[in-house]
Amino acid sequence: MKKTLLSIVLLLMLNMNSALAVLRVEITKGVEGAIPIAVIPFVNSGRTQVPEDVASIIAADLQRSGKFAPIDEQKLIARPKNLEAVNYKLWRMASIDHIVIGQVHVVAPQQYELQFRLVDVFKGAQVLGYQFTANDKTLRSVVHHISDLIYEQITGQKGAFDTRIAYVTVERKQGLQPAYKLQVADTDGYNPQTVLTSAQPIMSPVWSPDGTRLAYVSFENNQSEIYIQHLLTKQRDRVSSRAGINGAPVWSPDGRQLAMTLSKGSNTDIYVLDLQTRKMQQITRHWGIDTEPTWMPDGRELIFTSSRGGKPQLYRMSVKGGKAKRLTFEGKYNANAEVSPDGRSVVFVHGDGKVFKIATLDLDTGFLQVLTEGSLDESPSFAPNGSMILYAAQSEGRGVLAAVSTDGRFKQRLVLSEGDVREPTWAPFKP
Amino acid sequence: MKFKILSAVMISSLLSACGPAAVKDDGIAGATDGQSTSAQVGGLGDGSSLTGTELSGAQAVVSYERNAINDVNSVLAERVIYFDFDSDQISQDFLDLIAHHGKYLAANADMQVRLEGHADERGTREYNVALGNRRAEAVRRLILFQGADAGQISVVSFGEEKPVAFNHDDEAWRLNRRTELVYQSR
Repeated sequence: MKKTLLSIVLLLMLNMNSALAVLRVEITKGVEGAIPIAVIPFVNSGRTQVPEDVASIIAADLQRSGKFAPIDEQKLIARPKNLEAVNYKLWRMASIDHIVIGQVHVVAPQQYELQFRLVDVFKGAQVLGYQFTANDKTLRSVVHHISDLIYEQITGQKGAFDTRIAYVTVERKQGLQPAYKLQVADTDGYNPQTVLTSAQPIMSPVWSPDGTRLAYVSFENNQSEIYIQHLLTKQRDRVSSRAGINGAPVWSPDGRQLAMTLSKGSNTDIYVLDLQTRKMQQITRHWGIDTEPTWMPDGRELIFTSSRGGKPQLYRMSVKGGKAKRLTFEGKYNANAEVSPDGRSVVFVHGDGKVFKIATLDLDTGFLQVLTEGSLDESPSFAPNGSMILYAAQSEGRGVLAAVSTDGRFKQRLVLSEGDVREPTWAPFKP
Repeated sequence: MKFKILSAVMISSLLSACGPAAVKDDGIAGATDGQSTSAQVGGLGDGSSLTGTELSGAQAVVSYERNAINDVNSVLAERVIYFDFDSDQISQDFLDLIAHHGKYLAANADMQVRLEGHADERGTREYNVALGNRRAEAVRRLILFQGADAGQISVVSFGEEKPVAFNHDDEAWRLNRRTELVYQSR
């Protein structure tokens, strides 16, 4: 395990953001057969120090995917400075398939130039190489982008390191009002930014398909209301504050509509709001609880939670209405589904009424796979490439975030330095 | 027997025991609720219904006079209805209590109550908002049976977002599955 590497990253992070509570990543279950890769420390040819350890960030990214086993920096058998210096025979003997080498230097104050090359040891050649420029604000993002390129070249799947996550934190201090915060951070927990603070609950954040806005539920006016907030302009729009519940917002794949839950008396149904015309259309009509809608990628169907059968189960239905088809039959409690990016499966909370875990259901075969071992796991969210699932869990009485690979083999935890963290949601790919 | 002299003592004890608002963990809501309750306490000067035997606390007092809401010994002092897991069924134990509040509201048309539905932390958050809403609506229906006006009652669900007990065990969950009655005067 890369304990040393992670703790170096950790220290840097704590120094930089001492004012903000930061998520710390702990790998809780590794994977046999992860691909070994050597990320050689990047060469800085200039005299000025670069504020980030580029190779460490790349190694940590690849490690967090569960698909790679980066070699400990101290255990590197060689540190080639360029392509010509790579001794292929040596790396083959060590059974290292891939090497990353690179350079980074300061070209002007807070301006950096980075070059990297991915070397395939068995081909004995470079398979990927790029040059980037960055500034202080974009440096980590550019490095995550390099990780994405490496990941895609080797696995064939698009990387999701250079994306963001949103989540809700709550701090309760004796004698003070609780502080609820809606935060956005990089996928490794860095650069946390608070986009909303409230003394009343904040719930159900969800990204717009273009990643520029968040929709969420806020109780700041003592009832549930749905807001859409633009992350750059900070412009905030209250899109629903009807009497009763205004909950569970989720964007249609084309970004034009928002599905949500509204209530009339004790009856909770799913509605779709056209964001342009502001016309609200009722989708489900049932006396039971209907809530937690999620869209199929084609935008034609919704999957949602309903208590119409007595207990909460998942159902699938056309947005044009019609009959709802029940999807889950195993377990007493199946709720809060999110459809995978490829539309082939859903991830959801699966429980018996006492214990709640994260599970996936294959929409073709109906195969249900339980992925986690927690007792109060909830709020699962797919990475945009479908490789990992981020969710909320309890650890020693505190709310933490956790991630599991879609096959259930690799697990990690993201722990906040203080308070609870909950309701993570993974942003789409950057455009 | 009248105990007017007790009024000052009463006010301070009532302020510290003004129902759920005082123990609730929430901020803005709790603060305003507390204020409105203490504003009512100010009207206690003519608390003619208070008698020595009632103050002993041996037996909850049944009275629907306007100020009964400020009497710690009133049946109306109990303002939390508890529920079973994933259920909005009101248990037999709470039917009388809800009826008392319904009759009080029917007798005092200027009084308003907010029914706040809550759930325990188990299960998903938005489903729990829907569940808390059903719990509050179940209480609302029974209050209306007593002749209270629909306009006197508002409903809000906080789901599992505002627990009163913070452990992760049966006792904490039992306390969190609830509908709270929060009185507001107009």
